[in-house]
Amino acid sequence: MARMTMIEAVRSAMDVSMERDDDVVVFGEDVGYFGGVFRCTQGLQAKYGKTRCFDAPISESGIVGTAIGMAAYGLKPCVEIQFADYMYPAYDQITQEAARIRYRSNGDFTCPIVLRMPTGGGIFGGQTHSQSPEALFTHVCGLKVVVPSNPYDAKGLLIASIEDPDPVMFLEPKRLYNGPFDGHHDRPVTPWSKHELGEVPEGHYSIPIGKAEIRRPGSAVTVVAYGTMVHVALAAVEEMGVDAEVIDLRSLLPLDLDTIVQSVSKTGRCVVVHEATLTSGYGAELAALVQEHCFYHLEAPVVRVTGWDTPYPHAQEWDYFPGPARVGRALAEVMEA
Amino acid sequence: MAPRKTASVSSRKTAAKPAKKEFTGSNIAEFDRDQDLKAYREMLLIRRFEEKAGQLYGMGFIGGFCHLYIGQEAVVVGMQMAQKEGDQVITAYRDHGHMLACGMEARGVMAELTGRRNGYSHGKGGSMHMFSKEKHFYGGHGIVGAQVSLGTGLAFANAYRGNDSVSVAYFGDGAANQGQVYESFNMAALWKLPIVYIIENNRYAMGTSTARATAQSNYSLRGSGFGIPGMQVDGMDVRAVKAAADEALEHCRSGKGPIILEMLTYRYRGHSMSDPAKYRSKDEVQKMRSEYDPIEQVKARLIEKGWATEDDLKAVDKDVRDIVADSADFAQSDPEPDVSELYTDILL
Ligand SMILES: Cc1ncc(C[n+]2csc(CCOP(=O)(O)OP(=O)(O)O)c2C)c(N)n1
Ligand SMILES: [Mg+2]
Repeated sequence: MARMTMIEAVRSAMDVSMERDDDVVVFGEDVGYFGGVFRCTQGLQAKYGKTRCFDAPISESGIVGTAIGMAAYGLKPCVEIQFADYMYPAYDQITQEAARIRYRSNGDFTCPIVLRMPTGGGIFGGQTHSQSPEALFTHVCGLKVVVPSNPYDAKGLLIASIEDPDPVMFLEPKRLYNGPFDGHHDRPVTPWSKHELGEVPEGHYSIPIGKAEIRRPGSAVTVVAYGTMVHVALAAVEEMGVDAEVIDLRSLLPLDLDTIVQSVSKTGRCVVVHEATLTSGYGAELAALVQEHCFYHLEAPVVRVTGWDTPYPHAQEWDYFPGPARVGRALAEVMEA
Repeated sequence: MAPRKTASVSSRKTAAKPAKKEFTGSNIAEFDRDQDLKAYREMLLIRRFEEKAGQLYGMGFIGGFCHLYIGQEAVVVGMQMAQKEGDQVITAYRDHGHMLACGMEARGVMAELTGRRNGYSHGKGGSMHMFSKEKHFYGGHGIVGAQVSLGTGLAFANAYRGNDSVSVAYFGDGAANQGQVYESFNMAALWKLPIVYIIENNRYAMGTSTARATAQSNYSLRGSGFGIPGMQVDGMDVRAVKAAADEALEHCRSGKGPIILEMLTYRYRGHSMSDPAKYRSKDEVQKMRSEYDPIEQVKARLIEKGWATEDDLKAVDKDVRDIVADSADFAQSDPEPDVSELYTDILL
């Protein structure tokens, strides 16, 4: 076991995968020589050479299209999109080609690519460096969508994603890279080295895509979250003193519906939390599923806590960000109902 | 003053040949005293503004992304000196210099950096996202390459309205590798749109040098497949920029369609405030600073020609520093926008 930040865990996952399989290649903007803007690929070019870890020009559409072609022939590209906000030029390739090639070719060709992309806010990134576009992926049939909340999961899930035969959108909450940020921006963040989930095996292991994890068992209310919001939810639950069960989805598609249904059937109350905007967000899907599957167990309407339906602002970031106070108010609301 | 005719505009026939460096060395028109003084002042304003922004960032008054323009001042100032009222300017996120050159207020720009109410975007946009209809400045865009197509649309609107304006679209050497740049080139050439594409080649896109990311590093040739002429310009010499700009703008105004100016320039600071720029040598930066600095070049000329004394130039500096200090005070005392402001200007 080693102590790793989420950056180191992600790097270790790529390292282990490249070591085991010559078909794994890592590329993207500033990824090779520079080692990535968040340092996730640092040292990989030195270790594996320029044909396996390399810089791409600023050409997201071309980068992803090329990766899809490589994958159709059997390579396993693990591409870094520098920020999730930059994936839009590639969205056409993602939705029309990556997500469809298996279906369209009746399974002759597949698309084992991973697109890693730092996601979310809380870093003062404003409109074009804070977005959470997961719902734009979950709405497309043919993609897997993974969002880890800690180093241990990040490594195991990334290895599983690289080994997966289908395209995986791997969203890395950048506010979690160095520690379990709980939304209290005015307090120092505990580093991962002091958190049990910062303990990461050095070698190969994988975590199945599609299995949620209960981060805190409880019986009064279920909180469904992923990424940064897992830690925000845990903080809110502690502060409110509610006996909540906090579920970390880890993977949005495939979704571990069983874990959610079991929990809500037990608690009868549900709060869904995400950083992305409210309208047509992934929380809408979760709320609908809970309603369909747990209707007769529900004691209160399902409540969503999300970013505002606005672009991500430069000023007043902490008003936009759905921090522990807002999650706490939602908990109070469903408990009173 | 008309520039000496220097650049042969590359046509489809000559496009395959690598262009020689145009508008460099002695191959440019001299400035008169007023022009040199104006260029000095404008460039210094940008330099001092950026230095102050860097300080405020270090002190925690500015957060998030902040990309300084220090080293590249001659490009926007030379262009602006050639432009006419009504010409539109659009650029990426390294935009403070462009806004100041357009005549936007230092206060409004600085207050946007600090996220305050009287910033150009009411604090909601930050360093990368500002606009001014009054000054024909169409942003401030955080997404690399996006502004190139928008600039092409501005040029279309000029052609459609039949006005005499030219769209001036700036982008970097890194942005020049985005697909939509070439989609735009094709449309602009096809429809003969009045647009000057300005590629600010400062040799790096973030941590990646042009050599690592581009197959054709003579960016002035990037339009040749579409028949778009291009010129390489010494972007550290404001006179060279102005001369090239005069020619390019005239090309557009006379209905000949788009043109590309590759500005050979250099950024002294890291890509953004969080970049220690370890991917290049200190010597490389020092050489550019000490031998090619755009402001020092003008200063030396002014002194040598007896057009200004050291004291005169100190007075200019004082003046500029006052404007910048005032903007910094303003940007720290202006309140944050009210949270209700977050909901404004999304849709009508
Ligand atoms: C679509 C998109 N991809 C990537 C980025 C991240 N990014 C921001 S600036 C930059 C480098 C751009 O370099 P260049 O065009 O040369 O401009 P310079 O910074 O040198 O002024 C990159 C990769 C982005 N903002 N948008
Ligand atoms: Mg550049």
